[in-house]
Amino acid sequence: MLIELERRKQPSRTMLYLTPVIAVLSTMFAGAVIFTLIGHDGIGAVREIFITPLIDPYKWQDLGIKAAPLILIACGLAFGFRANVWNIGAEGQYVIGGLAGTGIALATWGMEGWWILPLMCLAGMVGGALYAAIPAFLKTRLQVNEILSSLMLTYVSIQLLYYLMRGPWKDPDGFNFPQTRLFTDSQILPEIIPGTIVHLGVPLALIIVLIAWIVLDKSVFGFQIRVVGAAPAAARYGGFSAKKTIWAAMLIGGGFAGLAGIFEAAGPFGQMVPQFPTGYGFTAIIVAFLGRLHPIGIILAGIILAVSYVGGEIAQTSLGLPNAAAGIFQAMMLFFLLATDILVRYRLKFSSTVTSGDAS
Amino acid sequence: MNNQPDNRVELRGITKAFPGVLANDDVSFKIAPGEIHALLGENGAGKSTLVKMIYGIMQPDAGEIIWEGSPVIVTNPKAARKMGVGMVFQHFSLFEAMTVLENIALGMDSSISQSELEGKIRDVMHKYGLKLDPHRIVSTLSVGERQRIEIVRALLLDPKLLIMDEPTSVLTPQEVNQLFGTLRQLSSTGCSILYISHKLHEIKELCEQATILRGGRVVGDCDPRKETSTSMAEMMIGGNLKQVSKGDDRSFGPVKIAVDGLTQAGDGNFGMALDNISFSVRSGEIFGIAGVAGNGQNELMLALSGETQSNSGNAIRLDDRPVGEIGCLQRRSEGLCAVPEERNGHAAVLEFSLTENSILTARDRMGLSKNGLISNSNAVSYTDQVISTFGVKATGAESTAGSLSGGNLQKFIVGREIMQNPEVLVVSQPTWGVDAGAAATIHQALFDLANNGSAIIVISQDLDELLAICDNIAVINEGMLSKTLKVGEASIDEIGLLMGGVHGDPFATAEMTEAVHAH
Repeated sequence: MLIELERRKQPSRTMLYLTPVIAVLSTMFAGAVIFTLIGHDGIGAVREIFITPLIDPYKWQDLGIKAAPLILIACGLAFGFRANVWNIGAEGQYVIGGLAGTGIALATWGMEGWWILPLMCLAGMVGGALYAAIPAFLKTRLQVNEILSSLMLTYVSIQLLYYLMRGPWKDPDGFNFPQTRLFTDSQILPEIIPGTIVHLGVPLALIIVLIAWIVLDKSVFGFQIRVVGAAPAAARYGGFSAKKTIWAAMLIGGGFAGLAGIFEAAGPFGQMVPQFPTGYGFTAIIVAFLGRLHPIGIILAGIILAVSYVGGEIAQTSLGLPNAAAGIFQAMMLFFLLATDILVRYRLKFSSTVTSGDAS
Repeated sequence: MNNQPDNRVELRGITKAFPGVLANDDVSFKIAPGEIHALLGENGAGKSTLVKMIYGIMQPDAGEIIWEGSPVIVTNPKAARKMGVGMVFQHFSLFEAMTVLENIALGMDSSISQSELEGKIRDVMHKYGLKLDPHRIVSTLSVGERQRIEIVRALLLDPKLLIMDEPTSVLTPQEVNQLFGTLRQLSSTGCSILYISHKLHEIKELCEQATILRGGRVVGDCDPRKETSTSMAEMMIGGNLKQVSKGDDRSFGPVKIAVDGLTQAGDGNFGMALDNISFSVRSGEIFGIAGVAGNGQNELMLALSGETQSNSGNAIRLDDRPVGEIGCLQRRSEGLCAVPEERNGHAAVLEFSLTENSILTARDRMGLSKNGLISNSNAVSYTDQVISTFGVKATGAESTAGSLSGGNLQKFIVGREIMQNPEVLVVSQPTWGVDAGAAATIHQALFDLANNGSAIIVISQDLDELLAICDNIAVINEGMLSKTLKVGEASIDEIGLLMGGVHGDPFATAEMTEAVHAH
């Protein structure tokens, strides 16, 4: 029997929504097989990573604080990805955003006032946006590929973080540990559910994503982003500037990543440490695609990826799986999503006969 | 070959289906040796699919091909060429950076030495009066000359059947005459020719037999010399040809758009520079810009629409206001709308719905957006209006542009711009790849717009179309625009010479220039 790919007349809506589900299910199946083959409890691993975090209410707060930055960053990246602007450096913009906010925190250390926290958030957003402005400038002025420049700048940002932690921003009373002072109460995002670790950043991220949804779906700007991505010549004909769109998409992506950075620093961390970059900026790329670059899809995808993070930690302690297990599952998810994506435009055709070839 | 068969090739009941469409349905016809046979039909009638099966690019689902009396299965183009079938495609496959000789050598099935090949090429060119320097680089050649390479390439194989797919769409009238001379000479030596076209007067002039296809089926056989263009057109579209009327009384108002000394450097290696282009179009006037493809039409189109901006505002004036320096969006607000030549990804986004394609250009003029937000209800109702006014066949405003046939999409695009009621409409290739019915609708809409006082600029390579719809015409050649000629007073020869005469043959051009100046 032969399987052929046959082009659909119209891209399939059903498949558009179904392929992320297929990708997640395939990941669970393939993960179970792989971990069994290398001598672990494969089915247990899938259960611990994908199911336990969802059925254990105690883990829900972990899901919330892990999903929020992923969703926020992915949503910013969706602006770019829809416009074919490939900002791969959200991790770096996240770090710079966190550092910029931290800078404000250190400068206002010991002060009190309602204005400090908003100023930190603003600094985080501006810091991330400015860091994304570097690849935007290189792209629009010198046609430098933004994939490379934004990715490489990530490593620059991490070195900057290490330098600040070991040098100028080191806590003077910190026994020489490479980390900043602890933020004060005026500098920390308050808990919104008492007794949990769920901070103000979580609902804020959701509100921002909902606003982004309206902008992407209902505004001329959102339309512009999609036209530039789908057909650059048509965008020019429609009166949209490709350069302005690249700038806007990069600044929004960087701004959202920077905001997620300072939320993280002023939230769970409560200070800046060298362990600050945890790969959210990279995982958010998976979230953006799994969520079909749509804010609502991104919320769901963000939760799924947060599940894999939290589940990965559970599996480490309960099954002794290596730390990398969660990363393997996340990568498989992106892999399966890209692989099944073809079903949106093509259908599988099963034919039992071989088409008759030469006979002359 | 002892007994000479009656037919060079005969098709019996050829059927070919694609998902959702029967491209060829029980098609049968025959071609005698030395016969010039026309295959006539609208876009999508199944002409290309049929010849692809004769040339071995595709296999029929049912039916058989009889070659010189015996059934054959043509497995691939190489087998077809071996059998004696040559084909000249509408779109050439040539390497721009290589010479004529190298291009021909690359396409040969058997390897022979360069010098031997050059000798053969010169023989063929001498025999058929084709002028071409084998050592020229292809990128320096005109479209007509490039076509000659493809013809030489086919003739080198001594074909018994030569298939020509829409060969004249890129040629000047003089080059068309020269091509017809070559084809007649070929036919006199016994080579059959299958000539695909939708230009009826050419078929009347050249062909002895015609098979007419509609919707994949043969709907008629005729001798084109005994038919009128109208009777063949009606067989082709299967109904009465819609009469379009320009209106008798053509009077023009004040100048709407004036282009004055528009000059622009060429973009990159393949862009054409615009050199001091000047013309003006009055209210109610339809102004045509003729020319062979690649002589600056695209660049002029972009400069007029505002996709490229001029250094001087006064280079383009709209109702006497300078607009040369402002972009597309503002020009549209000022009343200048445009339809570029390329539908896919330029005039329309195929992945987008028709509603979204309305928003692309009509959002400001037609109030489809307000305060930066899109008004979906306005966009849908405007789209519905375009669909119903222009008879666009679509399942609705939400169907994607890519799901429409070329002709329907073109009707939608032209309709979308016309219904914005522009002061000036610039339209490039308005009926390119469009069937006769849709073409009539589009032409009528252009006339109506002009009669309401708009100025219209039509850029087209189809000279027949321009002569049919325009009041005045100018010719673009090498980025320069000729003086304005009045349609009806200018002769085809004169226009053809302005288009560059026979490209690459200075002697022929000089000869004809003399001939034109003699009377």
